[in-house]
Amino acid sequence: MSPEPRRTIRIRRLEPVAIGGIMSREFANFRTYWKGTTFSSILEPVVYLLALGLGLGATLVNRNVDGVPYVQFVGTGMVATAVIFSSALPAMFGTFVKHRFQNTYDALLAAPVDVEELVTAEMLWIGLRSAVYGVFPLFVAMAFGLDPAPAMVLVPFFCFITALGFAAFGITVAATAQKIDQFNYVTSLAITPLFLVAGTFFPINQLPQGVQIAAQLNPLYHLVQLVRDASFGLRMVDFLHVAFLVALALFFWRLAIRQMTKRLID
Amino acid sequence: MPAIELRRVVKRFGAITAVDELDLEVPEGICLGLLGPNGAGKSTTMRLLTGQAIPDSGEIRVLGHDLPGESKAARAEMGVVPQLDNLDIDVSVEDNLAIFARLYRVPDVQFAVDRALDLARLRDRRHDAVDELSGGMRRRLLLARGLVHRPPLLLLDEPTVGLDPQIRTEIWSLIDALRTEGTTILMSTHYIEEAERLADEVAVMTHGKIIARGKPAELITEYAGSVTAEVYGPPDRLVEVRAQAEAAGLAVRAAGPAVAIMGVEKAENNGIPEDAIRRAATLEDVFVTLTGEEAE
Repeated sequence: MSPEPRRTIRIRRLEPVAIGGIMSREFANFRTYWKGTTFSSILEPVVYLLALGLGLGATLVNRNVDGVPYVQFVGTGMVATAVIFSSALPAMFGTFVKHRFQNTYDALLAAPVDVEELVTAEMLWIGLRSAVYGVFPLFVAMAFGLDPAPAMVLVPFFCFITALGFAAFGITVAATAQKIDQFNYVTSLAITPLFLVAGTFFPINQLPQGVQIAAQLNPLYHLVQLVRDASFGLRMVDFLHVAFLVALALFFWRLAIRQMTKRLID
Repeated sequence: MPAIELRRVVKRFGAITAVDELDLEVPEGICLGLLGPNGAGKSTTMRLLTGQAIPDSGEIRVLGHDLPGESKAARAEMGVVPQLDNLDIDVSVEDNLAIFARLYRVPDVQFAVDRALDLARLRDRRHDAVDELSGGMRRRLLLARGLVHRPPLLLLDEPTVGLDPQIRTEIWSLIDALRTEGTTILMSTHYIEEAERLADEVAVMTHGKIIARGKPAELITEYAGSVTAEVYGPPDRLVEVRAQAEAAGLAVRAAGPAVAIMGVEKAENNGIPEDAIRRAATLEDVFVTLTGEEAE
């Protein structure tokens, strides 16, 4: 097998062929574990809806929150939960394992791929996956009486842009952490509060003023609002929610590239 | 134009200078063995060539591309076989190759994958997960992955480290075939036999510098003469033998349970015990003499 005559390949930034190649690697791996991931992505919202929507909801005076039956309130909110757990956590653990234990990035960076493309591809893959998994709770909520609405077709897009930000956040954390144990601090101090104070299980407007203001900085809060508005009626303010999520994704995208470059390039 | 040129390259990690004013040139079409003990700077040199390490100073040029600025273009034209197995173990053999064929912008991915499977002799295992392959098969696959785009330049970082002798011989045959077909190869190794068998030229590296370079036979003649004598015995005797040989102006080194005296053809038995076992000098004699390290 003699070497091929040298081909001149035009090299640019953020090449689709490099990004697509890395995503095809993720897809090839995903095909080996999709059943378990999909099973838990469907089962979790069902359990939450049964426990909270029907269990806790039954204890409420009129079983409505913000004019919506509690089971549907939680069902629409659970989309955000599904997104953070299918984006931030896989990004943190996946990135760390691929770097430290599997040496995957050494292999990819020896090919014509740069760190910017690597991070972008990982984010896009996680974003697409979360866009699919994020919709599952909505289907489960429909089984519990949520009426389908035309604007719900936007929900995968809302999940996608939110997941991009969380994926980049997770990659940044993985690139910064020295040990995998340090992720415990991130899950306890960042992910759990974000997940609880997003308006998923109870309305934010019942919280103290300071917490309400802080919740405005929580990307999951914006996603919850978007999903509820897609389900019960879109509003002009939804453009601001989308703008916030896009800005956050852009910020963490650049931060993740910076941190990963520090980590991967000596 | 050389395939690889490094000029006064320095790479430091804190207080440690891993690569120290390194000058290295690899002409097209040869296999250069970069031979050195662990920590000599071989892997750092490889990472500098793939843009995964940025030099503190100096110039690097690979296939006419200036690094690190044009590193991506250079990587598109070279193949890299890493020291550590970083295959995707749950993914099939075929998919492992196809992913890299896409990354290398190969026009016909399926054709390239089939060709690489033939090279690795894994056509009948193409649908198996990598996890199901033996160590030797995985190493062949790793080599085939680095060659999926048929690059004119191949970087091999310790290609047979940790493999048993039979598998090592298999990998050597594959590398030898590539060399014969004209692929330029830079191979880092700390196995003397590997460098001796495969490399057209050997560069001995230690403390981040090349301290000797040439064809194996030339290096042996220059640094170890033509005949080496080995003397075995209890430690006290070996100390005595060493002292006598050094007094006679001969180069001496420890060789496991023995003392090896080099260049004995020039000594006229002066300082050489009668029970010494004479043999042809080897690259190992050169390596140990130059680096002061025991060979593997």
